[in-house]
Amino acid sequence: MTARAARGIGLAGLLLAIALGLALGKPVLPLGLIRPPEWLVQPFADWINAAFYFLQNDLGLMALTRAFSGVVEWLLDVTANLLYGKSRWPNIGPIPWVVIAATAFMAGYALKGWRLAALSGGTFVWIALMGQWKWAMETLSVIVVATPFSVFLGLALGVLAWRSPRFERILNPILNVAQSLPHFAYMVPVVVFIGVGPKAGAIVTIIFSVPPMIRMTLLGLKKVPEEVIEAGKMAGTTRWQLLSRVRIPTARAEILIGVNQVIMQCLAMVVLASFIGMPGLGQKLLQLLQALKIGLSVEIGVTIVLLAITLDRLSKAWAFRLPEHGEPSAMWLRRNRLLVIWIGLCAVGFMLARFAPYFHEVERNQALSVAGPIDAAMDQLIRLIAPLTAWLRWFLITWVLIPMRDAYLWLPFTAVLTLLAALGWAVGGLRSALICVSYFALIALSGWWDRAMVTVYMVSISVLIAAAIGLPLGIWAARSPARAERTLLICDTAQTFPSFIYLIPVIMLFGVNDVAVVAAVVVFAAVPIVRYTIEGLCNVPSELVEAAEMSGATRRQTLWNVRLPMALPTMLVGANQSVMFSLFMVIIAAFIGTQDLGQEMQRALSSTDVGKGMVLGFAIAFMGLMTDHLITRWSEGRKRALGV
Amino acid sequence: MTETAISCRDVSKIFGPDPAGHLARLKADPNTSSVGYVQAVRDVNLDIRRGEMLVVMGLSGSGKSTLVRCLSRLIEITGGSVSIEGQDIASLSETELIDLRRRKMGMVFQSFGLLPHRTVLDNVAFPLEMRGQDRRARYARAREVLDLVGLEGREAYFPRELSGGQQQRVGIARSLAIEPDIWFLDEPFSALDPLIRREMQDEFLRLKGLLNKTIIFITHDFDEALRLADRIAIMKDGRIEQCDTPDQIVLHPATDYVAKFTAEIDRARVVRAGALVHSLIPAPEGEAFASNRTIRDLARCLVAERREVIPVADADGKVIGGMNRQEALDVLLGDEK
Repeated sequence: MTARAARGIGLAGLLLAIALGLALGKPVLPLGLIRPPEWLVQPFADWINAAFYFLQNDLGLMALTRAFSGVVEWLLDVTANLLYGKSRWPNIGPIPWVVIAATAFMAGYALKGWRLAALSGGTFVWIALMGQWKWAMETLSVIVVATPFSVFLGLALGVLAWRSPRFERILNPILNVAQSLPHFAYMVPVVVFIGVGPKAGAIVTIIFSVPPMIRMTLLGLKKVPEEVIEAGKMAGTTRWQLLSRVRIPTARAEILIGVNQVIMQCLAMVVLASFIGMPGLGQKLLQLLQALKIGLSVEIGVTIVLLAITLDRLSKAWAFRLPEHGEPSAMWLRRNRLLVIWIGLCAVGFMLARFAPYFHEVERNQALSVAGPIDAAMDQLIRLIAPLTAWLRWFLITWVLIPMRDAYLWLPFTAVLTLLAALGWAVGGLRSALICVSYFALIALSGWWDRAMVTVYMVSISVLIAAAIGLPLGIWAARSPARAERTLLICDTAQTFPSFIYLIPVIMLFGVNDVAVVAAVVVFAAVPIVRYTIEGLCNVPSELVEAAEMSGATRRQTLWNVRLPMALPTMLVGANQSVMFSLFMVIIAAFIGTQDLGQEMQRALSSTDVGKGMVLGFAIAFMGLMTDHLITRWSEGRKRALGV
Repeated sequence: MTETAISCRDVSKIFGPDPAGHLARLKADPNTSSVGYVQAVRDVNLDIRRGEMLVVMGLSGSGKSTLVRCLSRLIEITGGSVSIEGQDIASLSETELIDLRRRKMGMVFQSFGLLPHRTVLDNVAFPLEMRGQDRRARYARAREVLDLVGLEGREAYFPRELSGGQQQRVGIARSLAIEPDIWFLDEPFSALDPLIRREMQDEFLRLKGLLNKTIIFITHDFDEALRLADRIAIMKDGRIEQCDTPDQIVLHPATDYVAKFTAEIDRARVVRAGALVHSLIPAPEGEAFASNRTIRDLARCLVAERREVIPVADADGKVIGGMNRQEALDVLLGDEK
């Protein structure tokens, strides 16, 4: 260890000792060091409200947003007419469900083959037969409208950032904050500008899903091989030709991955936008969950999950599809075989729908339902495991959650800040210490300290439990390549689900309380831990493992001395994601009833208090950014030490 | 019409935070510290004749790829000047440069630089498309060049469906589509395995004979350079160590560095009879050797020959002078002089 590193650790230790001193000396501390004093709290919310008022009324931004939302509304009406027959121009719809299912089937077949065709076709058949067609189409119509907007915006901003490094430098921190803001923070200002309803839902979806598109566009453009660009230049391209015909098409894969991410973000947001009056699957699920109708909400949950997997697989298949040559001499019919079959299937579908209304629209009373059996089975199951869940609930609440919450709340805020400074110093010296302290100092200044501490407690206990489950699971899965691959597939699939879905099973098992929230967060946060543990362990260079084995190490010794240390940087990335996911989930789960920032966020949303909503959103984003900074610094340090 | 196709005067390329300033400081004091700067090309002077094939040879990092990019203005030079047919290319506006590339230049790249989303035909037609040629005309021309490089029947394939050798044929076809006067090839065969490389070199020699273009060919392979070149420029640390015909480089290496390359070479395969002609020696009567044949080709005749001085004739059969038999035998047997 170098002298500098040693001094860093020494200073961190000193800071830690001060933090301990502050905590232990709480009884004798002046009140101003225990909680942020009144005079210190700044009225950030009022400032933001004033700024918004200015933007809205004095700058005439209102007119602009209204005009934009007018366009979005018109497009929403068109898709609504086509998909579920809302009586608006062009008054053609609704398109029979068989036709849409056939289209999904053919899209799956054309992109990947039979299995994807069965999945995507089957999803729409399920939706129709279960009588959820209208809700699902309400959800889908928003995705259909929002995705192109986000893709176009993201592409344009991505290209701009690529063209001008200065713009990229400005954009980067904004994107960082934007991607750490919880979903609800986006909703409050949109409600103020647009109001509630499908239009607002669509717009919040567009804004929310732009950042990943910008990132992927930038990444793709930077990755285009230099020689391809030079070949383009030597072919005598103008700048515009070079961008539109060489750079962007060559970055196709990354840009389409961006499209995939946009679609998945859209779906996640559309489901949550039910909180601001977005009709569709999300709203139905919210109502059913609040009424504790488990069977019916499981049905909706299955639909959302199927829709998520279908959209994910279709767009990924499109992104990863490699071009293949056709037979140029073949007939038109042969070359466009799939197109012809699709047109044929659609024609058959329209005919069927014409003569049998069942194939046009499945009426509510014709719909199948598995809610009854599910409810019955759940009742059985719950009766069976009730003693266990009841005990677990009691144990967790009395012995873990409440003591831990009280401990977090008991800590003087000065002790917390000093502790963070110590952590920052140990990981990255003065700069990191300053960054950590300033993020949390801002939270202290905002006046939401107690609520923030409750959020921190929920996140930390959830991540701890998630790690306790996820690490062994990941290590177990990484033991054989086949098992690793299967587990990774499950993790990938689980990550495509909108976060809202995770609430169904936990409410089922634990009812509406803190334990349910923690359980949902744990499941959601364990996925990235499992995933990155597997990836880290499987990507350890095989020579290293072979060298360890040839040195006579047992499997356990190899794991502890070679594989885990080498995998640590990757596993830290998983921990980072895990913290981010839990922050988001804790906020979403707030409507179950927690006493943290999320609950206040819901209140801000229902009272359309932009200032409060933004302050809370930033408080959560700052927690995320601080953790991100700490873990990234640590992971980079480890990587440098390992020379990878 | 000038005789010189490309002319470089004191061309320098420096990479770093302030290249121009650094160059000025170096000019004032050659001992200036170059920390933080890379002098990729230093004071290169070259004249490439119309229709000549110049091979630039050097190991990796010698600046050869940078030099060829300076000639095509893919990168801007720091000092000196490059003229193409008498015109200083640094003075061209963006539009003029694009126009020059669309009319006069073709380039082949080491890792092919093909556009992955376009078919072979569309890749080859790409420069024509940029020129705004209509679809029918550009496809007809693209098919023509694809036939020329032996890829007929693969028009509808995508680059990833072809082998490396075939991909480079597409790259060659694309660079020839606009019928360039100047043809740049940046290590075109380095990414190919040795057997394919040999085959592509033969193919290249065939095309070269067919097309009569000014060619600048970059390679790190000395054998390849000897095989293909009219003239070879050997580069080291951004400087040209020697620029001469293969015969002269093998017979009279200018520096120790060049000598290291030539040491392992079988000189008899490189040196042609013409290179050993001494115009001072009066040529005797009798059967003459062709000046473009290598000493290796003439080995049997040389051994059987009784005359001390052998007449050498050029391609038209005109005797250009006499060759000393002993000297030729020295080359053949690899004896050091």
